[in-house]
Amino acid sequence: MNDEIIFFIDGVQVTGRPGQTIIEAADEAGVYIPRLCHYPGIEAWGSCRVCTVAANGRPCSACTQPITTGLVVENDTETLREYRKSIIEMLFVEGNHFCMFCEKSGDCELQALAYRMGITAPRYPYLWPEREVDASHPDVIIDRNRCILCARCVRVSRDVDGKAVFQFVERGPEKKLTVNAEARLKDTDLDVTDEALDVCPVGALLKKRVGYAVPVGERMYDQEPIGSDIESNTDAAPAAATEVEA
Amino acid sequence: MSEDLTARVSAICGEYGSDAGRMMDIAWRLQRTFGEVSSEAMDVIASETGATRADVESCVSFYSFFSTHKHGRVVIRLSNDVPDRMAGYHRVLGAFEDELGVKCGETTEDGAFTLESTACVGLSDQAPAALINDVPFTELSTDDAREIVRELRKHMDPRRLVHKLGDGNNAHPLIHSMVHNNLRGTGLTLFTSYNRGEAIQKALSMSPVEVIRAVKTARLRGRGGAGFPTGMKWEFTRGARGEPKFIICNADEGEPGTFKDRVLLTERSDRVFAGLTIAGYAIGASEGIVYLRAEYAYLRSFLEAQLEKRRADGLLGESILGHEAFDFDIRIQMGAGAYVCGEETALISSCEGTRGDPKNRPPFPAQEGYLGLPTSVNNVETLCCVAKILEMGPATFCEYGTHQSSGTKLLSISGDVCQPGIYEVPFGTTLREVLEMSEAEDPVAVQVGGPSGQLVGPEDFDREICFDDLATGGSMIVFGPDRDLLKVVEAFMDFFVEESCGYCTPCRIGNVLLRDAVTRVRQRQMEPADIDEMERLAGTVARTSRCGLGQTSPNPILSTLKNFRHLYDELVEEAPDGQRRSFDLDAEVTAAAAIAGRPDGE
Ligand SMILES: Cc1cc2nc3c(=O)[nH]c(=O)nc-3n(C[C@H](O)[C@H](O)[C@H](O)COP(=O)(O)O)c2cc1C
Ligand code: SF4
Ligand code: FES
Repeated sequence: MNDEIIFFIDGVQVTGRPGQTIIEAADEAGVYIPRLCHYPGIEAWGSCRVCTVAANGRPCSACTQPITTGLVVENDTETLREYRKSIIEMLFVEGNHFCMFCEKSGDCELQALAYRMGITAPRYPYLWPEREVDASHPDVIIDRNRCILCARCVRVSRDVDGKAVFQFVERGPEKKLTVNAEARLKDTDLDVTDEALDVCPVGALLKKRVGYAVPVGERMYDQEPIGSDIESNTDAAPAAATEVEA
Repeated sequence: MSEDLTARVSAICGEYGSDAGRMMDIAWRLQRTFGEVSSEAMDVIASETGATRADVESCVSFYSFFSTHKHGRVVIRLSNDVPDRMAGYHRVLGAFEDELGVKCGETTEDGAFTLESTACVGLSDQAPAALINDVPFTELSTDDAREIVRELRKHMDPRRLVHKLGDGNNAHPLIHSMVHNNLRGTGLTLFTSYNRGEAIQKALSMSPVEVIRAVKTARLRGRGGAGFPTGMKWEFTRGARGEPKFIICNADEGEPGTFKDRVLLTERSDRVFAGLTIAGYAIGASEGIVYLRAEYAYLRSFLEAQLEKRRADGLLGESILGHEAFDFDIRIQMGAGAYVCGEETALISSCEGTRGDPKNRPPFPAQEGYLGLPTSVNNVETLCCVAKILEMGPATFCEYGTHQSSGTKLLSISGDVCQPGIYEVPFGTTLREVLEMSEAEDPVAVQVGGPSGQLVGPEDFDREICFDDLATGGSMIVFGPDRDLLKVVEAFMDFFVEESCGYCTPCRIGNVLLRDAVTRVRQRQMEPADIDEMERLAGTVARTSRCGLGQTSPNPILSTLKNFRHLYDELVEEAPDGQRRSFDLDAEVTAAAAIAGRPDGE
C-alpha cells in the first residue's frame, strides 16, 4: 500500500495521504487555503466556495476535492484571490452584517477573511433582507441576519451532538436556517452545551449572558490574521503572505 | 391536531412503507388530498417515517408545486417563460387576475382558485400555456382565460374544459389533452415506426458487455446537454462496486424552451422504456426509475398503462422475454417543480426524498448514486437513441451526423418562427438550415440550448449544431427584429434566481446581483465601468459555482456581452457630474428624512 500522495500547490511539492482532500493535506503542510463552510472532522460540504482552487486547471472546492498523485493545484493566484474576494463580498451584501455592534467582532471568520483579503467595503449593492431573530431559548439566540448558510451547525448538531436541531428550508435566495420544531428554538432539544453552538463562524448563534468576556481588540483575529495558525503548522510552510493592503 | 388528519396522513405514509426515501410521493399525496402539506401534517410525516420534522420541511419547502399553506381547489399555473411572454403571457395573466379578483401568487377568498406563474411548462411551441391542476392549456388568449374561470366556477373540473383534443396520443383517453405534438421534420430515426420488443430482443441476444460495445460503436453521446459518451458511463456504472445498481431516465426536461422529451414520451414511450430496459441490462440493474417532471403529470396514467402493458407482454418483470437471468422493472418518480432536479445529482437527491440539492462530486453517480449505489442517469432522447441503435445497428445510426457527434438531434423550436415544433436533424446541420426549415421570420438572434446556452446572432448562423460547435440540449428560441433582447436576458436571470437551489454562495447571491445589474442597465443607471464589473461577477459565478446550474446561469449575460455588446453600450454612459448614475439623491433624501422623522424632507 502506498500511503503517500505527492502533489503540488502553487508549484510547491506537498505530501498528503490517501483519502485526504486538498484542504486537509494543505493544512497539514502549512498552506492556508481560505475557507468558511469547511470545519475539520465533519462532513465536507462545499457550499461557500471560498476555498475554490484550480486543480489541473479546473476550478473546484479544495474542501471536497480528493488529492491524487501529481495533482497540480493553484491556490494563491490573482484570479483565485479575486474570486474569493467577490464571494466574501457577496456574503456581506446578502445578510445584514454590522460588525461594530456584533458580539462576534474579532472572532468572526467572515470579518477576518475580509480583513485578510483587504476588503474595506463590498462593491455590490446591499440586499438588506428581512431576517428573523429567535431569542426564545433560555440560553441561546439565533440572529439570522448574520447567518451565511455554511451548515456547520447543521452538520455538527446532526453528526456530533446527535440531535439534528438545525436544517435549511426554502431554496435559492430564500433559503434559510430553520430549527427542528414548528418555529422556535426553545421547542427543540438544543442544550447550551451542544457543540453545534461552538462552530458558527459568524455571530448567528450566540450564547446568552457570556458576551464580551474577551474585550474587542484582544480577540483571536485582533491578534493575527485568519489562517496564521495553519501557516505556522510546519517549518516546511512557504512564507506566510498576508494580503492586507495598506 | 385533529385525529382525523393524523390518521389520514399516517395511512398515506403507510402506503409508502413509511419510508422517508419516498418523501416526494408522500408529499404529493398530501398536496393532492389536502391542497397543502401543513405544519401539522409535517409533524405526522416525521413521526411516521422517522425523519426529523425539519427534514420534512426542508424537502417540502424546496419544491414549487408543494405548498405549506392551503392552495385553492383549482391551481392555475401560467407558464412565464420567454416564448410565453412573447406570445402574450402578461395579457393573459392580467385577464386571469381580473376575472379571479386576485393577484398572481394569491388564492381567492372562497378558497376555490390559486393563481401562480411558473417556469417553462414545456409547451413553448403553443404558448402562452398554463397548467390548471395537471391539465395543460395551450395558445391562451385573454378571452380563453376569462371563459376558463367562468366555466370552472360551475364545475371546478379543468378536464371538462378540454374540448378539442390534440393529435396522436394526446387524444388517448388516458391523456385527453389539447396539446399538439407539432412534429415537423421528424422522419429520420427516433419517430419512425417500430416493432415492440425488437430492440430488447436484439439486446438480449448479446451479452451486456456487447450491448455496451454497440452503444460505443455508435459513438452515442448524451442528449441531455452535457454530451457525455453513454457507453462509457454505462461501463463505469457496470464496473463500479456495489449492488444493486440503478438506471434512471431523466424526464425532468426543465431547460426553458425544450419540449422534445414530452413528445417522445407521448408518442414513443415504448422506445424510451425499451432503451431504459436495455440500459438496465447493460449495467446490471434490475430497477429503473423515470423521473418525470411535475409539469408532465398529465402523461402519468398513460405511461403507467404503457408500463402495465409491457409487463403483460413480458417486456418488463421477471425473466424478460424468457431471458432467465434478466429481471427488470420501472417505476415513475414524480418531480415537484424544480429545474435544478434535472441536474443528475440533484435528481438523485430528489429520488431519495430530500430537497433537490446537487451532491458533491466525486463520487460520481456511476460510483455512488441513488441510495449510495452505482447509478446511471440518462436523458429520454438518449434512451430512445439506444433502442434505435439496437434496432438499426450502430453502423446505420452513425450514417447520420458527424464523426464527433453521431446520429440525429431533436430540436424544440419556438419564438418568432412560422412553424414552431419538433425537428429532427442530423448533427452537423447549420443553424441557418434550421431557421429556414422552421420558417423563422427575419431572425436577428437565437437562444441555442435555452437560458443556460448561448444567445447568438446572424454571424453565427452558419455554425453547426453538434457537440463541438453549437451544443444544445434541444431548445431553440428565435427572436425577430422587434424583440428587446436585454429584457430576454433579464427574464432568464429571473429564472435562474428562482431556480437556484441556494446551496452555494455564488449561484445563490451572484445571480440576484447579476439580475439586478441587468435591470439597472435597462433603466440606464449604469456606467461603462459597471458593465466591466458585471462581466467580472458573471465570470466568478460561472467559475466558482458548485453545479452546472450556477456554472451556466451567467451565460445569458456573457453571451450577449460577446454577441450583442452594442445593446449594453447604447444604455450606459459616464455619469456627467461625478455622481453614480444609480444614485437618486431625491429618493435618498426622502428616505433619510423619513427615518429621521422629518417627512417633509427638510
Ligand atoms: C441545471 C441542470 C439541469 C439539467 N436538466 C436536465 C434535464 O432536464 N434533462 C436531462 O436529461 N438532463 C438535464 N441535465 C443534465 C444532467 O445533469 C445529465 O447530464 C443528463 O441527464 C445525463 O444524461 P445523458 O448523458 O443521457 O445526456 C441538467 C443539468 C443541469 C446542470
Ligand atoms: S450552482 Fe450552487 S446554488 Fe446553484 S444550483 Fe448548483 S449547487 Fe445550487
Ligand atoms: S470551505 Fe470549501 S466550499 Fe466552503
